[in-house]
Amino acid sequence: MKKPFSRLIGGLLLASVATASPAQLSIEITGAGAQRLPVAIVDFAGERVVAQALTSVIRADLERSGRFNLVNTAGVAMDENTAPNYLDWRSRGADALAAGSLSATPDGRYETRFRLYDTHRQSAIAGQALAHTSNQLRATAHRIADTIYEKLTGERGIFSTRIAYVVKSPGRYELQIADADGNGAQSALASREPIISPAWSPDGGRLAYVSFEQKKPIIYVHDLATGRRHVAANFKGSNSAPAWSPDGRRLAVVLTKDGASQLYLVNADGSGVARLASSPGIDTEPQFSPDGEFIYFTSDRGGSPQIYRMPAAGGAAQRITFDGSYNVTPRISPDGKTLAFVTRDGGRFRVAAMDLATRQVQILTDTAKDESPSFSPNGRMILFATEVGARGVLAAVSVDGRVKQRLSVQAADVREPAWGPFSK
Amino acid sequence: MRKPVLPVALIAALSLLAGCATQAPAPEQAGAGVEERRPAAVATPSVAPVVAGQPVGSAFPELRDPQSPLSRRSVHFDLDSYVIKDEYQELLNQHARFLVRNTQMKMLIQGNADERGSREYNLALGQKRAEAVKRALMLLGAREAQLESVSLGEEKPACLESTESCWAQNRRGDMLYSGEF
Repeated sequence: MKKPFSRLIGGLLLASVATASPAQLSIEITGAGAQRLPVAIVDFAGERVVAQALTSVIRADLERSGRFNLVNTAGVAMDENTAPNYLDWRSRGADALAAGSLSATPDGRYETRFRLYDTHRQSAIAGQALAHTSNQLRATAHRIADTIYEKLTGERGIFSTRIAYVVKSPGRYELQIADADGNGAQSALASREPIISPAWSPDGGRLAYVSFEQKKPIIYVHDLATGRRHVAANFKGSNSAPAWSPDGRRLAVVLTKDGASQLYLVNADGSGVARLASSPGIDTEPQFSPDGEFIYFTSDRGGSPQIYRMPAAGGAAQRITFDGSYNVTPRISPDGKTLAFVTRDGGRFRVAAMDLATRQVQILTDTAKDESPSFSPNGRMILFATEVGARGVLAAVSVDGRVKQRLSVQAADVREPAWGPFSK
Repeated sequence: MRKPVLPVALIAALSLLAGCATQAPAPEQAGAGVEERRPAAVATPSVAPVVAGQPVGSAFPELRDPQSPLSRRSVHFDLDSYVIKDEYQELLNQHARFLVRNTQMKMLIQGNADERGSREYNLALGQKRAEAVKRALMLLGAREAQLESVSLGEEKPACLESTESCWAQNRRGDMLYSGEF
């Protein structure tokens, strides 16, 4: 059989693109869940180089989630049309099994098909056929991993989502967008001045952020696909901490145009600014609850920075955090049930999670300089910035504190992470 | 390895998938199988890069002359404080007099904080320090229309170490004139 030459080049090109980016995030798993489901992912059939690259991305996704143990599949050759020997897979310890194939289509593209089997029920429980180019191999693998994850855990996978973060190298700040596994980093904005507080629009198409390029903090809204951006808030003083309303039409922002840092609402196009709250001290870091009903924020109105919430339509604020003298950066889980925040305890700043129904708080990390927590769209993981060896890195921890990952860039500081929404 | 698949073979493969040709027991088999019979297109959103601009920069010579007190632009603060210490009164007096002499000149006051804690909360702290400098200059005769107080939070540290003395240097307000911002 003759190897289609262009396909092979495509595969090699893809492999080199995956490692060529100068600011590539590398990921390291530093803790895993206690209950892990054993799953076998057989090497997909098809052109060896391409099919193996695809399979390895699927495996890496599932492994990184901390919810699966990968069963050894060495020496097994099968595709989605091969009837699995369930007894054999059960004796290998696999509760689930995925097999598939990748084939070139006459138009120079690829088609990848797979099936997922439950070895106990002895049946196929999912299958998919995906058409893609060689450049979309990783995206295809993430889609497949998402399907496997969802079928086996009952919650949506986040492998096809994107993250935004800021990379600081000497004299240069870059707002970058990468896949959730840190691959495929692309620069959305480069500046000699700081960029902070990126926030994804609910549709995942735009980012609001604070840029200091005019020597003061100004809020921009930036369309990622076109690179077009506009000023959403540039009032006298500082403009910061943008947070999208769930309908994507408005931003809660912090302005100082009338004195100290206070909360305002502004339309995403920069029109219709209106004061949201009034306090004698600092109010900052607003965040809408997912149902749009409340705005959580940080305020020092009680003498120390604590987390409060108020109705998004305006009204009295209610204090949420009471333990300790420094609780900041409220972030609400997509189901609205958990509050992630940063708490100071004996000089250490760590990510904590509060069950909003019981008000019980659990400290999730053992680092000392945690900042900017951000929920994954399925609510399972919290991405945050921290410092390791005097360098800024990103880390992720599961809401139960068990699964831990670290993402870092060689010779640069990474900070200000924001996990994007599910892709549409 | 596999030969390029012909459309007919493709359709056959897909219909096989749709029919779920496994040895699974009948009840489960009915519900299982391929969710997307036609291959779904995989989307990869692109990102267009943008490079931010820079201010042009120009100023009065006396603002740059190292011999002139007007070349000194920083006011430092104690921990958790935004009270201006007495040692800075004369410097602020010089700058206020320059603003009174040159009413067309504007000043941007940038407040700063040390690196510890939330970036956005530090931005709010820096704002309080910048406000303190602004109020002092207004008391000394500068007009409010000439002054804008903003915060850089912890983003522009003068000193990069994580030490007490560095943090002290980073708790400061900086004064910039028209053309410098």
